[in-house]
Order: sequence, then C-alpha cells, then structure tokens
Amino acid sequence: MKKKLVSVLLTAVMAIGCFAGCGTKEAKNNDAFYIGGIGPVTGDSAIYGSAVQNGAQIAVDEINAAGGINGHKIEYNFQDDQGDPEKSANAYNTLKDWGMQLLMGTVTTAPCVAVADLTAADNMFQITPSASSTDVIKNDNVFQVCFTDPAQGTKSAQYIGQNKLAQKVAIIYNSSDIYSSGIESTFVDEAANQDFEVVAEEAFTADSKTDFSTQLQKAKEAGADLVFLPIYYTEASIILTQANAMGYDPTFFGCDGMDGILGVKNFDTSLAEGLMLLTPFAADAQDDLTKKFVTTYKEKYKDVPNQFAADAYDAIYALKAALESAKATPDMSASDLCDALKPVMTSTTIDGLTGTGMSWSESGEVNKDPKAVVIKNGEYVGM
Amino acid sequence: MSKLNLKTINKTTKSNLITYAMVIGIFAVVQILVATGSMSSLMQGLLVPLCTYSIVAIGLNLCVGYLGELSLGHAGFMCVGAFSSAFFTKCMEDSAMNPTLRFVIALLIGTCVAALFGFLIGIPVLRLRGDYLAIVTLAFGEIIKNVINVLYVGKDEKGLHFAINDAKNLNMSKDGQMIIDGAKGITGTPRQATFLIGVILILIALFVVFNLVNSRSGRAIMAIRDNRIAAESVGINITKFKLMAFTISAAIAGAGGVLYAHNLSSLIAQPANFGYNMSIMILVFVVLGGMSNFRGSIIAAVVLTMLPEVLRELSDYRMLIYAIVLIAMMLFNWAPAAINWRQTHSLKTLLAKRKKEAE
Repeated sequence: MKKKLVSVLLTAVMAIGCFAGCGTKEAKNNDAFYIGGIGPVTGDSAIYGSAVQNGAQIAVDEINAAGGINGHKIEYNFQDDQGDPEKSANAYNTLKDWGMQLLMGTVTTAPCVAVADLTAADNMFQITPSASSTDVIKNDNVFQVCFTDPAQGTKSAQYIGQNKLAQKVAIIYNSSDIYSSGIESTFVDEAANQDFEVVAEEAFTADSKTDFSTQLQKAKEAGADLVFLPIYYTEASIILTQANAMGYDPTFFGCDGMDGILGVKNFDTSLAEGLMLLTPFAADAQDDLTKKFVTTYKEKYKDVPNQFAADAYDAIYALKAALESAKATPDMSASDLCDALKPVMTSTTIDGLTGTGMSWSESGEVNKDPKAVVIKNGEYVGM
Repeated sequence: MSKLNLKTINKTTKSNLITYAMVIGIFAVVQILVATGSMSSLMQGLLVPLCTYSIVAIGLNLCVGYLGELSLGHAGFMCVGAFSSAFFTKCMEDSAMNPTLRFVIALLIGTCVAALFGFLIGIPVLRLRGDYLAIVTLAFGEIIKNVINVLYVGKDEKGLHFAINDAKNLNMSKDGQMIIDGAKGITGTPRQATFLIGVILILIALFVVFNLVNSRSGRAIMAIRDNRIAAESVGINITKFKLMAFTISAAIAGAGGVLYAHNLSSLIAQPANFGYNMSIMILVFVVLGGMSNFRGSIIAAVVLTMLPEVLRELSDYRMLIYAIVLIAMMLFNWAPAAINWRQTHSLKTLLAKRKKEAE
C-alpha cells in the first residue's frame, strides 16, 4: 500500500514538475523581432528543411549585420517537424513559448495545412517558403513564396509544349503525396491544350518507392521521349538509376521537388546529366544577388544551395519589406503585427533570388516567372 | 451501502481505482496549471495527442496483454476511425446540426466502423492458431492507408460521388465540395477535440476494459490466452471470446483515431502517422508499460510521446537521447537484475528494515 502511495505521489510530482518546468521562458529581448521557422531537418525530406533553415539564417545574419529591420534586430529559431502534421503543431507551440511573432514555415505541405489552421486561430502572420498546395493559403494570414502545385503543373506543361521538348510524354508520380498528385492532375489538364500527347500515367505510393522498373517499362513501351517526374528527388534518383540500367534514355523533366538531386548520397550524378527542372532558382545564375548568396552558403554550409534555401531567403526579405512598410515595432503582439502586415503584404514588391518584382495577391499566392534549369557537368545551369 | 474501506476492498478494485484517480488527478492538475497560466503552449498542444495515444495503447493492451494475440495494425484501426469520423463531420459541416451532437455522432461512427473492421478481420483470422493475426493486421494497416490515398469522395447537390482514379472522374457539378481528396486526405476538419473529451474517453475506455477483464467473459479470454486446450475442454467458445476482445480493442483504437482526426485540420494517411511504424510505437507503449497493465500503458504512452517534444532544446541529439532513454527504461523495468535491485532498494523494504531495526 505504502509503495503504491509513494509511486502515485512520485508520478504526480513528476507530472507537475514536467508540466510546470516547461513553462519557464528565457528572458525576451524586447528590441528584436522573433521570427520562427518550422520544417523537417530529420526524416525523409530533411534536405528541404535544412536548406530552408540555412537559407533563412543567411538572410537573418545579413539583415542583422546591416542594422536590422527599422533598426531592430531579428531573433531566429528553427524547429524540426519531421514532415508530420502532429509534430509540426508541436513545433509551432514550442515556438510560441519561445515568443515567436512571425512564422516563416512550414516547409512541406501537409504540416503547413495543420499549422495554418493554428496560426489563423492565433492570428499569427505566416509566410511559407515552399508549402505549395492551395489549401495552405485559404486563410488571409498566410502567404507563399513558391508557386502553388496547380500553377507548377500548368507551367510545366506550357513549358514543354512551347519549347517543343517532346511529342510523347509519360508521367511517373507519387499518388500518395499531395504535392505530386496535385501537380500531376493540372499537368494532364493543361497537356490537352498543348502540342504533345500524354501516353502513360504511372503512379506509385510512399510504400512502393524503391522499384520503378514496371513504370519505366510501360513508359518505354508507350514510346515516350520525355518522362515528367513531379516528385521529390529521392525517388527521382532511383528512377534515373533504374532507367539507365534498362537502357532507357528519354529526357527527364521535374519540378522544384527535384531540386537537391545532386546532393543525394551514393547517387551517380552523371546519370542526372540533361535532367531538366522547372524551378525559380538556379545556383549558377550570374546576377550579383545570387552570386553573393551562393558564395556565403558554400562558405557556411559547404554545399550548393537549392531552390528551398533561396525561397527561405526571399521569405525573410519579404517579411523585412512588409515590416518596414507597415512601420512595425517589436513591442507589438503577434496578433497586432499580423493585422498590420496583412494589408501591406499585397502592395509589397521585392527583388529576390527566386524572381524579380515578386508580389503577392490577396489570396496569398505569389506572382513571379518560372525558370527552367538543366543539369550540365554536375551543376544546375539556367536555360 | 457500507463505508468504502480501502483496507478491505478487493486488490484488483483498488488497483483500478488508483488508475481512475491517477487520470482524474492529472486532469485536475493540468486544469489548475492552465487556469493559472503556468503551462506552456507546447504542453497545452500536446494534451490531446497524449490522450489519443493513451487510448490506443489501452485498446492494444487488451489485445496483446489479455487476449495474448499480437496485433501490428492498430494504427490501421486508428486510421479507419479517424477517416470515417472526419468524413461524417465534413459531410455535416454545412447542416444546422449542433456541433457537440455532431462530434458525439462522429465519435460513435468512428468507433463502430473500426469495430466493424476488427470484427471482419477477426472472423477468419482468429480461428487460426499462431501468429496469423500479426501478419493480417500488418497487411490491413498498410492496405487501409493505400486505399485512402487513392480514394476520392465529393459531395454536391445530387449526393455523394466516389472515384478511385482522380478528382475529375467524380463528375461533380461545379459547386461540389471535395471531402476525401486522395492523398490530400481530409482538410478543414473542425478542431473539436479537447483535453476534457480526451480524458472522458480515457475513463470510458478504462471502464470498459476493467469491467471486461474482471467479468466472466474476461476470465474466459484469459483462459484462452493461458491454455487454449484447457479452455476448449471446459466448453469455452474460443472464437467468440477472441472475437469479442479483438473487436473491443479495435473499437477503442478507433475512438483514439476520432480524437486524432478532430485535433488537426489536415488529416492525411502517411506512413508516419498511420503506418506500421506507428503500430509498432503503440506496441512499444504497451510492452514498456507492462502487458495487461493498463495504467502502465497510459504512463508509457504519455512519457514516450512527451519525451521527444520536451527534448527539443537538444535539437539534433534528441532522437539519440530518445533511443537511449527507451533502452534504459526497458532495462530498468524488465531486466531481472534491475527488478532485483528495485526490490531490495524499494522504499517498502527500506521502511520495513528500519522498523525492524527500531524494534
């Protein structure tokens, strides 16, 4: 009996200690904007999360070194969500405890939908670098830096059609993924208006993403001279390897999820030669902004930045521009900041890494031009 | 009724009462902390998930601990419960139905659909001996996840439309509304799950399992677990009792799924949340907390769900530490040497020793 009592007591003490202990906060710096970031830095899509984390860090360092926003510094904190909506909500709450006033995130779509619902309830201003579904921006406090999935599908089809890249197109996509199936459906819609034919639509799911020989065989038999891959780079690297093994050599065309393929471990990057992808950012672009960004990124993180890093960099500068034109100060609450930023965001224009003259519509969608990039000699080269 | 005397009541009843008291006690403490504002948003956000996993762990413990059958598909039952209830909630969102009533009906639907699937799977599989249930439930969880990922359901003025290719094949009218949008799952489910509802569901789940295992049926279930031939020889209908325990176990997991679905506005069937990893995770809660120990399941579910979030400060190292803590807990709880050490160093023996010395 006594042992039971003691154990109950101990449990209670532990529970209280834990719950209460986590309530303590470090002292808040009142003269800084608290910007939080959420994304997967562990798990399947860690490359995206890490790129966003690093890209934003560079922007924050630059802004702080140049004197901050309206003279106020930025405090930046990035939390891991493993690409899972539930973990993302936890990450969001952690950031709220830290004192976050503005959210730059989340990186992947499904978690972003869950977090967007929470930010709407809290009236927290949110800008996502790379969550591309239209469900993300249904609330008026959320803005996107990347294209929406439907826009990517349409633009890819137009690009292939207008540049006469192929006559027969096969598609291999991940039907269990929002991003991939979203692009696929609008691509097929737009393909009907273009001068090429979709000869095969082959799906795979998150559980069967190691062997693509069936899908490739069907694409080959259908005589496709271009294979459209609206998928993430991990699966794409396997597809390229397997296509090479079976002696099938069409043009491969991807979207922004393909960005990062050169960083895959144990992947023979020579197989990616000639791979085209529609992405708003190319690391070899010759403008000063990109050059400076790429140099800093290489110095700090020993890696070539991808489009996600660039999106995050632009997201931070978009926040800066909006905060400046709203004449916001760090002593405003998150909700007040959100109310102040929402109206000015639509009139904000920035020249960023992922496009010049980027602006936002009331719905939260971005207006910028897509660019196509091709992989040559192991580097992303603009077309 | 005579006064309840803690010294004379049955040992099981006492243990059960302690479990109820623990849940209610934690609820009260949390409510006080929330009211005084000393609880972080992270903890407040974690309350409902903690309830969800506790409930599913209770359900699985009934299956693993009392029925003695291994189920590797409880995340699948959770998934079925989550999607069926969220489907109902989305369908009824525009109608003038009272939100609380709608949630209660959604809860019933989620629980019943999960129970139905448990029942259907159980009919053939539970007649067999051996590990077949583990294999079939593992497959079930994966199948359900993939079926939902290709399922498109929409609603317009003509009624419901179904398709398994893509949204265009629904042939919906222009103003139709997507309910299950393939891999996008169900978005925009109202977040109605609260900690109070979670705690009430835990208490109901505990009430059901405690009463079941202490009943005539419960004893029959345990008899089957301990010695199937002996149980058969005294005339116990093996399949019936196995089916009963498994269906209830699935239903409880379904209720957990309902809570999950109504806590996040985006419900998708991913390997991370409804895959076999999650099933294994729930099994870990059960094994770590102790087979046929419901209180242990709750504690293990709470500790292990909370741990990675509390360790966020350590950023990348938290996964490493999480694994080490898992191993350490397992050793401390179940290694014979650790049990021995605990017994000799427990407060009870120390107190007894001191008493002896005093004498």
